[in-house]
Amino acid sequence: MTTVETATGAAKTMVLNMGPQHPSTHGVLRILLELDGETVVKAVPDLGYLHTGIEKSCEDKTYSQAITLTDRMDYLNPLGNNLVYCLAVEKLLGLAVPKRAQYIRVMMVELQRISSHLVWLGTHAIDLGAMSVFLYCFREREEILKIFEMFSGQRMMTSYIRIGGVALDPPAGWRQAVERFLKMMPSRVDEYESLLTENRIWMGRTKGVGYISAEDAIAYSMTGPTLRAAGVAYDNRKVFPYSSYEEFDFDIPTRTDSDCFARYMIRVAEMRESLKIIRQAFGKITNEGPIKAEAPGIIPPQREKMKTEMEALIYHFKIFTEGFSPAPGEAFVTVESPRGELGCFIASDGSPKPLRVHFRSPSYINLQALPKLIEGQLIADVIACIGTIDIVLGEVDR
Amino acid sequence: MTETSSQNANVVAELLRSWNPKAVAEVSEFRGETTIVVPRELLRAAAAYCRQHAGLQYNLLTDATCLDRYPHEPRFELNYHLVSIPRREKVRLKVKLSGNDPVVDSLVVVWPGANWLEREIFDLFGIRFLGHPDLRRILLPDDWEGHPLRRDYPVEGYRDVPNTGELFRKSSTP
Repeated sequence: MTTVETATGAAKTMVLNMGPQHPSTHGVLRILLELDGETVVKAVPDLGYLHTGIEKSCEDKTYSQAITLTDRMDYLNPLGNNLVYCLAVEKLLGLAVPKRAQYIRVMMVELQRISSHLVWLGTHAIDLGAMSVFLYCFREREEILKIFEMFSGQRMMTSYIRIGGVALDPPAGWRQAVERFLKMMPSRVDEYESLLTENRIWMGRTKGVGYISAEDAIAYSMTGPTLRAAGVAYDNRKVFPYSSYEEFDFDIPTRTDSDCFARYMIRVAEMRESLKIIRQAFGKITNEGPIKAEAPGIIPPQREKMKTEMEALIYHFKIFTEGFSPAPGEAFVTVESPRGELGCFIASDGSPKPLRVHFRSPSYINLQALPKLIEGQLIADVIACIGTIDIVLGEVDR
Repeated sequence: MTETSSQNANVVAELLRSWNPKAVAEVSEFRGETTIVVPRELLRAAAAYCRQHAGLQYNLLTDATCLDRYPHEPRFELNYHLVSIPRREKVRLKVKLSGNDPVVDSLVVVWPGANWLEREIFDLFGIRFLGHPDLRRILLPDDWEGHPLRRDYPVEGYRDVPNTGELFRKSSTP
């Protein structure tokens, strides 16, 4: 009886401002929490602190120039952002990508998925008080970033996936590097699990926390591990395959508990599935073959051709000054990013610059359901819930 | 792939027409994507129909965004991307709005997830959604003037333009 009175009495609640500089918001998210004691009555997220107008900037660039902007949205998944943007432009152009380039793309985005999940696991664990997991996760992430540096010359903002293929041929020694990683990683995932999965504190902090039903998750447009933890096997790689994902053999892990622990288990299982995909892609990538589509006027010509053929030089000049003009139309492509369904909508009016570029960012849309997860829970669980939906503020605000 | 999706276009358009003959203004196919243009007055009812009808089951509103075709009229096009998880199909519902009266019914009653998507469109394009529970700016500060993703809003913005001299002065094309 007394609890009912305090919950309704306006004078008994207080409003607490969490963020935008709070370490557990993983960036600059601000949440206004109305509290009754330690229970959250109402939560209002406030965002936009990292809004950089990427969609507007894309309208002022040629199609190939905008690739470098997409890297900077979700900075834990730059290759996935490159991929969705390039797939959308390729769809507008009706351009087919060579198989070898598709397999390289798959291998790279799956490596990226593991590295993103590692950052998630490390930071989520540190939020909940397990310091050492963070150090282990970042040790393995470093190995993945070294592979990216080998391929593209960059650790994070790689811009490696380009319209029509990938930027560069795989470098000498890439097979040894990826093989070493594939050999090392399974036991490392076991190591994280041995630290956390049956840890009593971990279970106490995550089990039964942040529940959302499958119906609510779909109604709130949630996708990715959060939706799969609620028992819905919705994964773009299986449902709407792109980049030859239909040729790969892997499973979509699902669980039904739909709490923070279930989402943790899903992401760990996804790391193992990604390793399976990388191993298959590793076998499929041939040593020789094209890495870019043949499309004069759209894809820059090879360096050697440019130096010997007049026509190639003209194309090169035209592509980098004027750009290319896809036919008027609209394309919407979705891929499975580590956080959920990442979409790109591009409209062309037949000019060399896009009329509109829009990114359907999974962080933004999943964050919308945060009040649903935390209202009625304890304030300490707010941190677990923010961590568990895995947001990247660069992508939320774009 | 293209064949199945054009079949899907027929299914969706047929069902919507049988529900209300006025519901489908236009059906188009581009690169295997189905677009159905719906009149503004029927948007909410058509969206609810797409969500609930047993033959459609478009249960996930994956994205909603706006496109500004300034200076052409009707300048705004709202695109709603729907996904049917059980049927593994996608469709795009489109509504055209004139620049004089950019108002449309909110879809928050159909999908609660439309809330932030519509707030983003309101913030960046200035389109008002009738019946939205909380229509405020979301990405920009509350006192921001104008709606930056409109085509007649300069990329550099109106304020705080650094003086770069004649060398970098841009032409005033939108």
